[in-house]
Amino acid sequence: MSDLFDYTVRLGDDALIAAQRTAEWIAAAPQLEEDVALGNIGLDQLGQARSLLQYAGSLDGRTEDDLAYFREEREFRNLQLCELPNGDFAHAMARLLYFATYQHLLYEELRTCADETLAGVAGKAVKEVAYHVDHATQWVLRLGDGTEESHRRMQAALEALWPYTGEMFESDELIGRLAVAVDPAPLRAEWERRVLAVIDESTCSRPEASYQHTGGRSGRHTEHLGYLLAELQHVARSHPGATW
Amino acid sequence: MLTRMDSFQATIDADGRIEPRDAMPEGYRKTLIRQIAQHAHSEIIGMQPEGNWISRAPSLRRKAILMAKVQDEAGHGLYLYAAAETLGVDRAELLDLLHAGRQKYSSIFNYPTLTWADIGAIGWLVDGAAIVNQVPLCRCSYGPYARAMVRVCKEESFHQRQGFEILHTLCNGTPGQKAMAQDALDRWWWPSLMMFGPPDAASTHSEQSMAWGIKRHSNDELRQRFVDMTVPQADILGLRVPDDGLVYDDATGHYTFTEPDYAELYEVVKGNGPCNEKRLAHRVKAHEDGAWVREAAAAYAAKRQEAVA
Repeated sequence: MSDLFDYTVRLGDDALIAAQRTAEWIAAAPQLEEDVALGNIGLDQLGQARSLLQYAGSLDGRTEDDLAYFREEREFRNLQLCELPNGDFAHAMARLLYFATYQHLLYEELRTCADETLAGVAGKAVKEVAYHVDHATQWVLRLGDGTEESHRRMQAALEALWPYTGEMFESDELIGRLAVAVDPAPLRAEWERRVLAVIDESTCSRPEASYQHTGGRSGRHTEHLGYLLAELQHVARSHPGATW
Repeated sequence: MLTRMDSFQATIDADGRIEPRDAMPEGYRKTLIRQIAQHAHSEIIGMQPEGNWISRAPSLRRKAILMAKVQDEAGHGLYLYAAAETLGVDRAELLDLLHAGRQKYSSIFNYPTLTWADIGAIGWLVDGAAIVNQVPLCRCSYGPYARAMVRVCKEESFHQRQGFEILHTLCNGTPGQKAMAQDALDRWWWPSLMMFGPPDAASTHSEQSMAWGIKRHSNDELRQRFVDMTVPQADILGLRVPDDGLVYDDATGHYTFTEPDYAELYEVVKGNGPCNEKRLAHRVKAHEDGAWVREAAAAYAAKRQEAVA
């Protein structure tokens, strides 16, 4: 398998697993407008996943569905941040702020990379994730500076997810070898600047963590991913060879 | 001199549109609020049986289509509540009535979605029946409702085609997939026929609604139209409609069919369907879990307003 395949799958898996979690909010959101907004965001993430997994699959003769439905848990390369269970709405917005800000910085660079397909996907996605960042920002501000309860919940969510953000900026040998890959390590400073500005404005305090989780990029996940995949994959796997 | 109520009747008689500022009899207003609210509630409760399969959709393409469809339903809910609000009620009030069990939603959503084929069957049969019910509402005498329905119907027609296409793919797939499609038709056929309401002789609200131009066709007329439209589509799919009494009548150009068991419909309306409790409990939970979020948004907005003032 090529480095380009491995790299594209990382980005595709991030988007796919994020979409699966976002979609869980549909018909369970705090208000109808939010069902619509989260539906939009989930559809954007799923669209990014499909473009990326189609491209990865085209490099080694597989389809997007082969990759989404017929890989094992250890073969998934997404960030652990994407697979964590939803928690309350504050957790959803904290995750979206962290993840979409990262995606935005990443896609902004990727859209000028030498690989035309990746650049094209990134060029479209960067506009979508700019909206996701904006949506998450608005909610983090409202919840952080809303009521006592919402402030407490927002603070707890920002802190709970912070130890899963370090993984986004890990550089490794694959990144070093593959010229078109965006090295995420240098994105961290700008990511922190943007995210901390929102957190400051929200009146929440900056999360601190002495430890950062890692493993997603090498297929070592939390226990949650197995259940997510069991649900995502079971119909397709129950009917091998079927088309839908 | 014409009184304002004379002008209401004149508009109805001329098949014109009543607008929010026009005078209207209290009964007309109440009937519309009840009907539009019930319709809006049906859209948002209807998100559940289909939402039930988003996480398990068997291909990414199907997952994307289903997410978009369920999202459309949230959108329909939004503009139907907005249409109801033109009559002087607000959404929060209507949601409270739904959550308290004092306003209804379509009974069809009290049936469970047990297999992927049910997503096809809902699109094809349930959205198909909804279209037959709703197309005449585009000419409803109340303007905001009629205009909302124009948009709803366009999207429903897309939903219906995607449902048919799901089943078409299953029916041309493996024996297991085809069996899944037949099983879905067997379970959804009768509840779909019930979507047109009780037979004309037993329908309580129909006569006055017809006189007011809210309703244009009787329940039985619409049910017949649905059967005539749907049976040939089942033939294309190669599925058997589960009705031994179904025959095409050359003389009338219509199908003769067995009436559904309306006793079952009344039970489901009363709250005794397979999913009544689950659907309402899920909705109430989402609403209650979101209360702190809505309060926070209101508090934040109030603080910003103070800062400006």
